[in-house]
Amino acid sequence: MPAAAGAAFVVVPLLALGLRVDWSRFGELLGSPSSLAALTLSLQTSAVATLACLVLGVPMALVLARRRFPGRQVVRSLALLPLVLPPVVGGIALLYTFGRRGLLGQTLDVLGVPVAFTSVAVVLAQTFVALPFLVVSLEGTLRSVGQRYEAVAATLGAPPSTVLCRVTLPLVLPGLLSGAVLSFARALGEFGATITFAGSLQGVTRTLPLEIYLRQVDDPDAAMALSLVLVAVAIGITVATARLGERAHR
Amino acid sequence: MRPSLPAAVTAVLVTVTVAVSGCSGPAATRAAGGTTVTVFAAASLKATFTRLGRAFEASHPGTAVVFNFAGSQALAEQITQGAPADAFASANEASMATVAGAGLAAGRARPFATNTLTIAVPPDNPAAVATFADLARPGLKLVVCAPAVPCGAATLTLEEATGVTLAPVSEEQAVTDVLAKVRAGEADAGLVYATDVIAAGDSVRGIAFPESSRAVNRNVIVALSGGPQSGLGQEFVDLVRSAEGQQVLADAGFGTAT
Repeated sequence: MPAAAGAAFVVVPLLALGLRVDWSRFGELLGSPSSLAALTLSLQTSAVATLACLVLGVPMALVLARRRFPGRQVVRSLALLPLVLPPVVGGIALLYTFGRRGLLGQTLDVLGVPVAFTSVAVVLAQTFVALPFLVVSLEGTLRSVGQRYEAVAATLGAPPSTVLCRVTLPLVLPGLLSGAVLSFARALGEFGATITFAGSLQGVTRTLPLEIYLRQVDDPDAAMALSLVLVAVAIGITVATARLGERAHR
Repeated sequence: MRPSLPAAVTAVLVTVTVAVSGCSGPAATRAAGGTTVTVFAAASLKATFTRLGRAFEASHPGTAVVFNFAGSQALAEQITQGAPADAFASANEASMATVAGAGLAAGRARPFATNTLTIAVPPDNPAAVATFADLARPGLKLVVCAPAVPCGAATLTLEEATGVTLAPVSEEQAVTDVLAKVRAGEADAGLVYATDVIAAGDSVRGIAFPESSRAVNRNVIVALSGGPQSGLGQEFVDLVRSAEGQQVLADAGFGTAT
């Protein structure tokens, strides 16, 4: 019974959203230039952010899972901080780091790499909040897989790089993929850090969640149609990660 | 695992808490015993109305004034959805029309203040902005409000009236977000209300420009017929429109409504 209440608590609001959508105008609402610009921008920036998460997150997960060093717990806690930090706080922190008058922003500005109000700022915000998802997912898989096969490969004379590419990564591929999918989903839904740090301009920084928030003011029907798109993506992603999880445990 | 009773109780409590706190924030803080008058007011009125609320409480012992400050359009939506409010002060006439159109206004909405746009720049004015036309300079990082919100609508009106085409780097959701970007030095300039610059103190510098008179936002107020304390709501409206109320608004940089 409490379980049913819990399920209803999640499902009923989504159902309410579906019931309020103006289906006769659905296509037209999604096809408007501002909706399409937001959708395209969101997909592009989230894809780049996911790549950035892979580049930064895989080495982090490997070190956290395989190396023993003093202060490892502290490093792990710090790496996972964006997971529990309110995104708006992340946005303010990024502003004072990469902003024009921030810690690194002035140097970047001098180098001719303006970050403020560009799509780069959106990717930075998305990567900041999505990175822990990849690290957690991959580190967990690395631990459950263990080091037996790696040890065998090493005794057979395989150099560390071969062990990594031919043994470790294939073994943890399901965990890596589900981590990447979760990071993508988190990047797609990112709102607080983006609006605080990147600003909001059609086609440049106004991602799907920002567009939904803005349309809610003057065109709630469009906001609901776009919300439903994100719900559909979220359902697709949960199903995909559940499948990956099953495959990993088989 | 069998679900335990405490878990069930927690689930119910959470659901109830969420349901109760949904739209009725002000009602939840209602003082026990005394009467409470609930006023929904535009975010730009926060400082002035908080002062007037204290004055109202002083002249009405036993009465507490509770405010809900947010964007005018969001407040109008909440009122038409049945939020219990006794008076509504909107930053523009369009949002008031939503409430009046739903038949919820007790009488005609009356103007009580005007607000115009002004240029806000960081204290050191790095881009040396001096006039409205300067805002269209290439390379200048300008932040404005999105056309969907009142301050953005006023910006659009100014562009049309002056023939100056602005190319902002960001269109924010609220005037406070524009101010925050200028304050942080992210933007070289922003278009905000004159009252926002005064409220921001030394953290930004305001640059008034003559063209601002071509886009004037009229703030309007009305008592709401469906409110639990509609009569007190009307008394608050009277206070806002009295000499005392007008003085508080003028001190904050609002113009007089005619």
